[in-house]
Amino acid sequence: MLTKRIIPCLDIRDGRTVKGVNFENIRDAGDPVELALLYSQQGADELVFLDITATVEKRKTLVELVKRIAANINIPFTVGGGISTVEDVAVLLQHGADKVSVNTAAYKNPQLIADLSNRFGSQCVVLAIDTKKEIDGEWYVYLNGGRTKTDTRTIDWAKQAVGLGAGEILLTSMNNDGTKAGFAVDITLLLSNQLPVPVIASGGAGTMQHFKEIFKAGNADAALAASIFHYKEIGIPELKEYLSNEKIPIRI
Amino acid sequence: MIAIIKYNAGNVQSVQYALQRIGVDSVVTDDETIIRHADKVIFPGVGHAQSAMQYLKEKELDKLIVSLQQPALGICLGLQLMCSHSEEGDTDCLGIFDTPVKLFSSDRLKVPQIGWNNIYDYQSVLFDGLEDQAFMYTVHSYYAALSKDTTATTDYILPFSAALQKNNFYAVQFHPEKSGIVGETILKNFIQIT
Repeated sequence: MLTKRIIPCLDIRDGRTVKGVNFENIRDAGDPVELALLYSQQGADELVFLDITATVEKRKTLVELVKRIAANINIPFTVGGGISTVEDVAVLLQHGADKVSVNTAAYKNPQLIADLSNRFGSQCVVLAIDTKKEIDGEWYVYLNGGRTKTDTRTIDWAKQAVGLGAGEILLTSMNNDGTKAGFAVDITLLLSNQLPVPVIASGGAGTMQHFKEIFKAGNADAALAASIFHYKEIGIPELKEYLSNEKIPIRI
Repeated sequence: MIAIIKYNAGNVQSVQYALQRIGVDSVVTDDETIIRHADKVIFPGVGHAQSAMQYLKEKELDKLIVSLQQPALGICLGLQLMCSHSEEGDTDCLGIFDTPVKLFSSDRLKVPQIGWNNIYDYQSVLFDGLEDQAFMYTVHSYYAALSKDTTATTDYILPFSAALQKNNFYAVQFHPEKSGIVGETILKNFIQIT
């Protein structure tokens, strides 16, 4: 049976992890490869590296990092952040990334999604959407790391992007992100039920029960979290054991 | 030396990295002489069956692959291209395995299948030392039907071939190079075939 995926996310700037991590058994908490190796050994199903490096020049560091990750990590990984051209993607995939995630650039130029899926296949094109529920009760797409609101409903953009060839949706709820109060179940469920591709829920993980909820009530295919893993609030082995006991298909 | 066949499909580099991790040297090449004289050949890939077959024919790699005498391992698209025919672009493939490749069809489950799924009914040395129901990472929209050459089975929408084997030709639908320690065991088992 296909299992639900647990995906730790690492924020990267200039080739180093940004958020502090709290692990005793790794030598260098800032080295993404060392942290990624630890997560993969603990049973993470996949990894996401989100590059928040501002300058183009320093993005070369990212390619070097992707090479090191690919050489050292034996599970799939996605690279995202600031990707805007087919050439960006070609370089990342060539150096061993399994998938890339696109966000603002794809919204501004939807043809990018078609170009990427035609050239590299849908399976490696993840559409990341930052979404926020407004007072009218609708979920809208936000751009530029959540700084810019659009008038597009999230479900509409997700459907369009899947039609263009996006193979997976990484959905981050801005209402939930950082709250540790649980994932956004309603919008995750809506996308998961209406789209033929997997949906990765992101934002709001605080307890193991939250993961169970997003898999059962939200019908998510995968759940992504960062700080609760980095700060060891939840260990991946105990989380997976808990979910398995709760009858959620999980790889132990 | 292990030769990894270079063609117009992705994911080739990942296989080389995975071999490096288990201490095995390999070369990514489309050179006929190198491939023919390699101890073993790996035929990996992620991509489209029709465009891949077209490319293999242009480079005459199709004839080379079917005539290989040493152990050869197809991975993902590699497996599908070793089958008789693929519904992806209605393409005639290499015909090593007498099995058609079909598109998943479901109202209930998502296509492609992406993630970790278990395999069972092992009938190949590739799976020596693995626990039953081992989990493998897999990404695909098309599947090879069950056949007499099936050496491991998996279920998604329906039971299908997770692995095939005929003579010196081995193939797996999942990605051993991305399937953690279990995947590395499978690669090691392939490398040790004599």
